[in-house]
Amino acid sequence: MQPIVEFQNICKEYPGVVANNNVSFKIIRQSIHAILGENGAGKSTLVKILYGHVKPDYGQIIINSDLATINSPTKAQSLGINMVFQHFSLFESLTVAENLILGMSEKISLNKLKSKSETICNKYGFNLNLNSPISSLSVGQRQSVEIVRSLLNNPKILIMDEPTSVLTPEEINKLFKIIKKLVSDGLTVIFISHKLDEIINLSDHVTIMRNGKVISNLTTKNEDPESLGYKMLGYKVTKTKQINNVNYSENVLSLSNLSSFSQDPFTTNLNKINLNLKKGQIFGIAGVAGNGQKELMEILLNENDFEFNGDIIFKNIKINKLSTFQRKSLSISYVTEQRLGHSAVPEMSLSENILLSMNHKSYFKKGDFINFDRINSYAKDVIKNFNVDTPSFNVKAGKLSGGNLQKFIIGREIMSEPELLILSQPTWGIDAGSEAFIKKSLIELSHRGVSIIIISHDLDELLEVCHNISVLYKGSLSKSLNVENIDITKLGKYMGGLFD
Amino acid sequence: MNIELVIGIFNIVLISTTPLVFAGIGELVTEKSGVLNLGLEGLMLVGAVTGFITLVLTGNYFYSLFFSIISGVILSGIFAFLVLNLMTNQIATGLALTIFGIGLSAMLGKKFSGTPIEGLNPYYFIVISFLLVFMASYFLSKTKPGLIVRAVGENHNSAYALGYNVIKTRYMTIIFGGVMSSLAGFYISICYAPMWQEGMTAGRGWIALALVVFATWKPWRLLVGAYIFGGVAIMQMNLQAIGVKLPGQFFNMMPYLATIIVLVFISSNKLRLKLSAPASLNIPFEKNQ
Repeated sequence: MQPIVEFQNICKEYPGVVANNNVSFKIIRQSIHAILGENGAGKSTLVKILYGHVKPDYGQIIINSDLATINSPTKAQSLGINMVFQHFSLFESLTVAENLILGMSEKISLNKLKSKSETICNKYGFNLNLNSPISSLSVGQRQSVEIVRSLLNNPKILIMDEPTSVLTPEEINKLFKIIKKLVSDGLTVIFISHKLDEIINLSDHVTIMRNGKVISNLTTKNEDPESLGYKMLGYKVTKTKQINNVNYSENVLSLSNLSSFSQDPFTTNLNKINLNLKKGQIFGIAGVAGNGQKELMEILLNENDFEFNGDIIFKNIKINKLSTFQRKSLSISYVTEQRLGHSAVPEMSLSENILLSMNHKSYFKKGDFINFDRINSYAKDVIKNFNVDTPSFNVKAGKLSGGNLQKFIIGREIMSEPELLILSQPTWGIDAGSEAFIKKSLIELSHRGVSIIIISHDLDELLEVCHNISVLYKGSLSKSLNVENIDITKLGKYMGGLFD
Repeated sequence: MNIELVIGIFNIVLISTTPLVFAGIGELVTEKSGVLNLGLEGLMLVGAVTGFITLVLTGNYFYSLFFSIISGVILSGIFAFLVLNLMTNQIATGLALTIFGIGLSAMLGKKFSGTPIEGLNPYYFIVISFLLVFMASYFLSKTKPGLIVRAVGENHNSAYALGYNVIKTRYMTIIFGGVMSSLAGFYISICYAPMWQEGMTAGRGWIALALVVFATWKPWRLLVGAYIFGGVAIMQMNLQAIGVKLPGQFFNMMPYLATIIVLVFISSNKLRLKLSAPASLNIPFEKNQ
């Protein structure tokens, strides 16, 4: 069959990184073509080039056997290429209808838009209320808006950049059915992912990228997750098995009836959250983003005096009113979601970043002055013990790759010997090697009797590391499930809000 | 209080508030697209002096209006080039524009200070100001270009990803804002007080800026707010007329005091600000290549 898209020798270099290095491959018409690779492998750059969002340094793209110069998204749309973005390109304060109109290249009346979008919604089973503002929609609904918006332009090629990263298992199944139907109706779908199971389940062909290069082009049905994973990484990842080492008689942290009552429509109010964390236990809090994770972290961290009811008891001390500083002094450590700008200051050196979170320890001070010898040697130890790839502790935090910085940040907290470690999205957007290392470090930490809470959207990560998992849905926390004999369908139902 | 006094007060409020409406509605559209232009005061002064000088030299009101508007296009065009293409800090650039405008207008107008002219009837412009508010409101809420302006101000990266030209949209709104400010200046020096005097806009540019926030970026509220602000300013004469004995300085300070109170009131509620403020306001847009 004749290819619909052909990449020829695409090169794109950013300062310090070659994002695409001589990328060439073909995409067959009316198929699902997956592009597989780790974070930073160059997948997103490549499709952004196809969508006219990024200009390649060298190379060309052939569409329908014609050489195409795609220098803007408008041009891409006129060639029938549309894209569903990883971080949605929706306008929060505008309504669904307004967002749809903004995605249309042709002029259209509101009534015509309504009938057209209704046709699409009925055909593929989307459920949209055109008058609701985007800010009131769940993540899954937002994605529906984004997909419908692309389909309104009658595309020939639809690019989907990591579309499943924010969805519940049920929503993912629904999305896959929609994608298959779209392809049977004549569309070509380019599907970007780093999740092996999804690619096996969905795609017809797969292109594997590593460090900006194409490693191989495969027909999916000849592959299995292990073979794909090996080709994606170039090495085998060994998993550390979590062993049950929890002291169930000793409570470390109790949350009782935590509720919040913010009037801000951009926040999710928590609804009577109860949780008991034991010594040496790793407790996972799963759920789709925007279901109260941010607010729970606010309350646990207390940086902004976020108002709430209920009690937080840490080892028989009520810490409701204690500041972040005081909580840290009680040996609670935190790793927040945002690496640059919250966990670390990008313009400061690694050793200066040590001090930022260890300010409560007099060990690092000489009176009111900084004891540089001590923070430097602490930074050196973190770099050594946690395999941080950096020439020295004087390097600015912003210069490190996501994985290295995250190892440094988590190492910094672990080495301060906390009794409780609270992490939010600890392995979000980092390479598989660092991810495996961090998971291993957390498991080892729990074996030493440290209790850990992990708030994460990544269910696979929680299933691998945690003893127990609860799901946050619209501010309520489900019963906790024991990971050893966990029922995945039940977990999926919890994520969709069906608690028992 | 007799009916004539009340009508008189209304009349004066109507006449004196119009420049606030012009400058305010221009700035509102600019800010809706995500650009903060603090140069209103400077733009108004240059618009006022250009209009005045042209009128003195040619005696033609049309030329006077035309060149006043051209001054606004040029100055706001420079501002747009600086903040959009060279990505300078919007606040610093806007302040520089104001300081520049104050100096330039004083220099240009030096020779013309005190020259008598015959003023234009302000009522035409009052009608136009109402029409402009209506049109801006219709444009922003009902038309596709207006929707694009809001989209660009809400999230410029998304707007770019969808294929809209963020820079061009912002050029348009900045220049519209510039034209409106110079129109406000023209009105002041030709209709309101037919004369030229250094710094004669007397801080109206700043009040117009506060007005946009006061109106939470909604055109009709801006109109209401302008008349409240204008009314406070006029109160001084009339309160003195009915015999309230307070120092004149107290009244001069009133509009600013009202501005501060309103700003404190509005920004005390973060939510209100978040829901109505354009999310990309004052954030420079950089194409990722």
